[in-house]
Amino acid sequence: MRELIRRLGGVTPATVRILVLVALSIALMLIDHRTQQLEKFRNIVQTVVYPIMYISTMPREMVRGFTESIETSSNLQTVNESLRQENLLLHSRLEKLHSLEADNLRLKHLLGQSEQIAEQVLLAELVEVSLEPYTQQISLNKGSRDDVYVGQPVINGDGVVGQVVHTSQFQSTVTLLTDPGSAIPVMVMRNGLRGVLFGTGVRNKLAMPYMTADADIRIGDLLISSGMGGRFPTGYPVATVTEIRQDPSDEFLTINTLPVTQLDHGREVLLIWPETIKDQNNPLQQEFIDE
Amino acid sequence: MNNLPVMVSFLLALLLTSLPIPETAVMFRPEWLVLVLIYWCMATPERIGIFTGWLMGLLLDVMYGSMLGQNAMSLSVIAYLVGILHLRVRMFPLWQQSVMVFVLVLVHLGINAWIRGITGQFTIVWTYWTPALTSALVWPFLFILLRDLGRQRIKR
Repeated sequence: MRELIRRLGGVTPATVRILVLVALSIALMLIDHRTQQLEKFRNIVQTVVYPIMYISTMPREMVRGFTESIETSSNLQTVNESLRQENLLLHSRLEKLHSLEADNLRLKHLLGQSEQIAEQVLLAELVEVSLEPYTQQISLNKGSRDDVYVGQPVINGDGVVGQVVHTSQFQSTVTLLTDPGSAIPVMVMRNGLRGVLFGTGVRNKLAMPYMTADADIRIGDLLISSGMGGRFPTGYPVATVTEIRQDPSDEFLTINTLPVTQLDHGREVLLIWPETIKDQNNPLQQEFIDE
Repeated sequence: MNNLPVMVSFLLALLLTSLPIPETAVMFRPEWLVLVLIYWCMATPERIGIFTGWLMGLLLDVMYGSMLGQNAMSLSVIAYLVGILHLRVRMFPLWQQSVMVFVLVLVHLGINAWIRGITGQFTIVWTYWTPALTSALVWPFLFILLRDLGRQRIKR
């Protein structure tokens, strides 16, 4: 013990080194936590560890390839049949959607609204690597090479999944809605009441704080993204309300919601690029472009 | 290439760390990188030390997508502690070394939990700490394996 204290007290080269490195680490963490300036450095290091991550996905891929190849033909036939039916159903709905979209566009023109939100999507697959334990993050096989950017919204067939937090050449990391650091502006679909959903760190639970007791919100209400803040596009389903509690000591309601997507299931997600199609006929916008 | 066993073992440790495993198994996964770092800091303190720990931590940060510097800090601290203790610990029987590994991995997990707590993104569950136990259990086997690897090189 005495020796330990002497060693800790006496300045050895090792002590100097550890102090310098700890200081450096803290500086790195501060910069990384507060700003985006280290993304470039992260990308460079990522290309070094990418081969390691790639190799580590191989066993799982091989097992999956094997199980897929021994799938029986009858099994495949039933799957094929059900997919065909589903496809037919979706097609018929899509037909309706097209006419609705045209209607919508016409009405918007009548109202003088010049912008229309169009979206470009890209299918990305989950990369099965272990990320930091006990974080709500996933890794995707599309990166900055495919124009994936930090802050990009990620959805799947059911609704919003999360947003991109890091990108590298070939991969990107997505923070799920349930991550404690995540928040998404939403509104109640029934009446347009706005709020913000926060991740709780607990799987399948999002909190909706700061709603006053007189707020018109009920159990079972569907919450859709409101598009406020400009990060997530408008109108995607996010969660349904499962619990509303009024704590007498609290002036706000305690509202818990269930994400509509099973965040830890499925292998494919969609990356979306919200973009505005500029209306060339609008004189105001034309002016803006000319400048 | 005198450093070959060191590099290979660090590479394998990183591989094992990023290997996808079922959600329920995460709590049992030993901290491979910490174990390998402890071994080499003990066996060859003149070559492997604080700086190596820091670099490996940085790689782990990038791989995990965690804050840059988080694991770098904890691993360099681990390397520093082993640097202080290595002369004594080398004399310890294996099971006592395991106890020390248990404590060191706890320190590693503690520093990580602490940083993640400060940045406000972390709720601790008790399974977060179990890798310390599994790491301690794996230690004797890893120790023998790495030691034999080193010896074979000397014989040649």
